[in-house]
Amino acid sequence: MTPPRKKKLNLKKRYELMTRGLDWETSYQKMDDVFPYDTFEGIKITDWSKWEDPFRLTMDAYWKYQGEKERKLYAVLDSFAQNNGQLGISDARYVNAIKLFLTGVTPLEYQAHRHFAHLGRHIRGVGPRVAAQMQSLDELRHAQTQIHTISHYNKYFDGFAEFPHMHDRVWYLSVPKSFFDDACSAGPFEFFTAISFAFEYVLTNLLFVPFMSGAAYNGDLATVTFGFSAQSDEARHMTLGIEVIKFMLEQHPDNLPIVQQWVDKWFWRGHKMLGLVAMMMDYMLPKRIMSWKEAWEIYFTEAGGALFEDLSRYGLRVPKYADIATDEAEHISHQNWSIFYQYTQAAGFHTWLPSDEEMAWLSEKYPNTFDKYYRPRFEMWREMEARGERFYNNALPQLCQTCQIPMGYTEPGDPTRIGFRSTEYAGERYHFCSDGCKDIFENEPEKFSQAWLPVHQIFQGNCGGAELSDVLEWYHMKNGTDNMDYTGSPDQKQWDAWQSVRKRVAG
Amino acid sequence: MAGIVSITLQNNDEARPVIESILHDNPSANANYMPGAVKIDCPERLVVKAESVSARIGRDWDPQEIHLTIVSMGGSLDEDDEELVLSWGA
Repeated sequence: MTPPRKKKLNLKKRYELMTRGLDWETSYQKMDDVFPYDTFEGIKITDWSKWEDPFRLTMDAYWKYQGEKERKLYAVLDSFAQNNGQLGISDARYVNAIKLFLTGVTPLEYQAHRHFAHLGRHIRGVGPRVAAQMQSLDELRHAQTQIHTISHYNKYFDGFAEFPHMHDRVWYLSVPKSFFDDACSAGPFEFFTAISFAFEYVLTNLLFVPFMSGAAYNGDLATVTFGFSAQSDEARHMTLGIEVIKFMLEQHPDNLPIVQQWVDKWFWRGHKMLGLVAMMMDYMLPKRIMSWKEAWEIYFTEAGGALFEDLSRYGLRVPKYADIATDEAEHISHQNWSIFYQYTQAAGFHTWLPSDEEMAWLSEKYPNTFDKYYRPRFEMWREMEARGERFYNNALPQLCQTCQIPMGYTEPGDPTRIGFRSTEYAGERYHFCSDGCKDIFENEPEKFSQAWLPVHQIFQGNCGGAELSDVLEWYHMKNGTDNMDYTGSPDQKQWDAWQSVRKRVAG
Repeated sequence: MAGIVSITLQNNDEARPVIESILHDNPSANANYMPGAVKIDCPERLVVKAESVSARIGRDWDPQEIHLTIVSMGGSLDEDDEELVLSWGA
């Protein structure tokens, strides 16, 4: 017998009392003076009271559930640390994916915390204001749980120690950093569109779901736990993203072209940034869940397809260049891993060439592209390694002015030719990897012409010196420890020593 | 593939009765298991009923407890005291 469900104050009523009921119209000061940032972008809102959080989560319930999540999470993290959980991972190579994830993402969580705190103060409507306050706390929690994970791995593996310092300086970490700097320096509605909609709703599944499932598959209890705990907040963030888009489109028809341009911009920026995750999934996990291409099909083509079909009733269309991004899902992981292999001397994690078994998996998952375009390159590099001539690219790469990724991507429809675009602004020429990145620049040249590009900064003498060793020192990367191939690394020596003890004990 | 709504939950002891309830109450739902999580897809509409989950766990289940185990979702959400609904066009 199940006891009858208890009656209590109805959820809708409680939400109304605990959000709208706590808000007021200011009278000593003009509302426009109290909320000075929510009009300059040109988004017209006629009735803020039309906003409703579909989860109807109030602060009291928020504290209750978040408190429970935290208790569970820290019990697992503590147990992972106490029981030497790092010994149970599939292979020490795996940790390199976590190095990239944690050094790239953790500072973004903190940036998100700060900016949602700003929105939690500055959005006129109480519904989204409360949602932003909750999200600000969520993001701080995510940063903290990830730093706790870093602190454990940092005791046993290289590459984690200087993560906040590295985030502001290292060439590939400038990709996620510039993405977030761009969003945080935009107005509140663009930030919502960038982070809550394009990133959280449309793309974050690609980052968290298959990757955390990958962590589960590779025995990384710490990452699975913070990942899924963070992701449980993500569902709420996704509803904020979709609600904000619908709200803007419902409030005034003039909002559509502004929103469409933001959706186009942030979809493309997100697609480029997540190319790093593509490489982690296809090349860095010793045991793989699904290929990047499969994840793209599930989470963008299928889920995004349903989403944009739904939003078409407001006149919103699928992001510009979505077809090109889908085409690039066949290439992006291979091209990115190639970039990191060539520049292993300047990476804060270890690289390697895929084994025969891994190449067979890549052939199977990428029947249209891997054997034809990428296997020959990896096999050539493998032969070079065997001859003692491991290939290092010692030239500094040209970077795309918008996404800041080295220009290693190929033309849509022709994977044998490097894509290259340029434009002039105020007497200077700027370079891009793609039409998508060039469009973004041309819409906001004043902003993007000021981008802090790591390679330009090295050439200008702002990064510690002219030699690689100077730059690594300026990055706080230990040469011969944090960088270079996995084979021969201190990480590998340590792991092999652990494994040999295990074999000896097992007899 | 248009019109599919989706919910992803952790595959753990706390989520299992929720997963069971969803699969029971939405006959067209399809569960895709992956390490650590399960993604449930359903055409057009998916409902999580508090009554069904409560019956399975032998205590009153508040739909907001979904926050403890949800990983991701696709679709527009509506939640009240009795159920949580994902659909398109809402």
